[in-house]
Amino acid sequence: MKRNPHLTQKIAFFLLLMATLLIVVPVGLIVVIIIQKGLPAINWQFLTDIPRQGMRAGGIFPAIVGTAYLVGGAIVFALPIGVLAAIYLSEYSKENVLSRIIKLAIINLSGVPSVVYGLFGLALFVVFFKFGASILSGALTLGIMILPIIITSSREALESVPDSFREVSLSLGASKWQTIRNIVLPNAIPGILTGTILGLGRAAGETAPILFTVAAFYLPQLPESIFDQAMALPYHLYVISTQVPNVDEKIRYGTALVLLLLVLFMNLVAIIIRSKLRKNKKW
Amino acid sequence: MVKFVVRDLNIRFKSVPALKGVSLEVKAHEILSAIGPSNSGKTTFLRTLNQLNALNPHLTMTGSVLFEGQDILKIDVELLRRKVGMVFALPLPLPLSIFENVAYGIRMQEIKDKKKLTDSVEEALKEAHIWDEVKDRLSESAFKLSGGQQQRLCIARTLAVKPDVILFDEPCSGLDPISTARVEETMLKLKEKYTIVLVTNNVKQAARVGDRTAFFLGGELIELDNTHKIFTTPSDKRTNDYIIGKFG
Repeated sequence: MKRNPHLTQKIAFFLLLMATLLIVVPVGLIVVIIIQKGLPAINWQFLTDIPRQGMRAGGIFPAIVGTAYLVGGAIVFALPIGVLAAIYLSEYSKENVLSRIIKLAIINLSGVPSVVYGLFGLALFVVFFKFGASILSGALTLGIMILPIIITSSREALESVPDSFREVSLSLGASKWQTIRNIVLPNAIPGILTGTILGLGRAAGETAPILFTVAAFYLPQLPESIFDQAMALPYHLYVISTQVPNVDEKIRYGTALVLLLLVLFMNLVAIIIRSKLRKNKKW
Repeated sequence: MVKFVVRDLNIRFKSVPALKGVSLEVKAHEILSAIGPSNSGKTTFLRTLNQLNALNPHLTMTGSVLFEGQDILKIDVELLRRKVGMVFALPLPLPLSIFENVAYGIRMQEIKDKKKLTDSVEEALKEAHIWDEVKDRLSESAFKLSGGQQQRLCIARTLAVKPDVILFDEPCSGLDPISTARVEETMLKLKEKYTIVLVTNNVKQAARVGDRTAFFLGGELIELDNTHKIFTTPSDKRTNDYIIGKFG
């Protein structure tokens, strides 16, 4: 039988469209349901009050603040270290078996289950460094969890800067570091920010790494220092969904919605910075 | 005066030889053009002179290259590259403004004097015959210039560092005949102040601008003589075959 290329193309398009819908529809549904069920709970008091009546009423302000601190702390810790490590790996390390193993290990680390990072954080920061269950321990644990994401995406961003730029810079008498600092890094920043956005979302949403290192079950006050425990949105959501009986459904969905919006907001900031920088990019 | 003395230069890429026993001299204030088919080693030779080959960990070099009597391996590599500038095959402006492209090399020497900087940039742009075309748009992106303008900008960028020698690596391969003519014209004027080594795929270009011409084939230097001699009575049959277009 002779194949009809137009028909083949139509079938292929149809299959690709179905595969896309298969992804888009559930995600869309989740968002719609969370908004539909959570929106009625959102009001000024919900966003700014402490939880009351055993978390069945009041607001979630301490959890919002806790998550903001944790994510901010994780980024402050992981972004500089991650970018520096990526610069070393892509610009300085020699291509050999060892460096290849290290790169592979870093990629694999981003696939390690988050509860393992939680245990690691507990052993290292909480117990060994005696930071206790604190914002510091939690932020460092989250930071270590998102390091591989930041390193891998930063490395890709650095490597995508054309070698010809490096050669031009060096041929004009610039040193290697001057070349990295003035040519390579500025052109890699949009890509580095993409990795940061991914890391940010992951740090904000994970429960397991903060479970042993920082999260308080119920702490109706704001943390006063980085050595305090804190509430955090994902863990709070877990608690009011499974540990506390008779919590109004709209409070649970409201909490989920706030978490979603918080991540969206942080991503938006990073995306705006990135698109501003891309506009400055001249090639 | 001799700028470069190359003695028995061998370069291998992994285990494949790229240059085999090349010995030659580059005299001051001449245009030495290197011709030959692709993979003949002429670009590898050029990139040895400013140590760009050193960036490739797979390349190994034996033999000696002296720049003004000093072994290039013993000269501080940043200093060497300031003295031996390079213009690449494609116009490769850096993703910066026109002004910053030319100022780049000077800035990398930690020269902060604003007046000196703007003067040097203007001087370099004039020397590369592009000042009149860009003087009103110095803060625009260098990518807004045409290909030929970009290549003359790249020449200005190289001149701004005040080199002694300029290496041209097929500088007109991406340009139309009119832009090519302007670049060649620029090169001929630059000869008075600088020493030029020109690698070109365009045999006619070598005939037009070169004082002496070197013919490379398969990593070997086949013949090096006055351009007129090479193009009229070459001593090697392979040189003759290449310039009359029997292969290439």
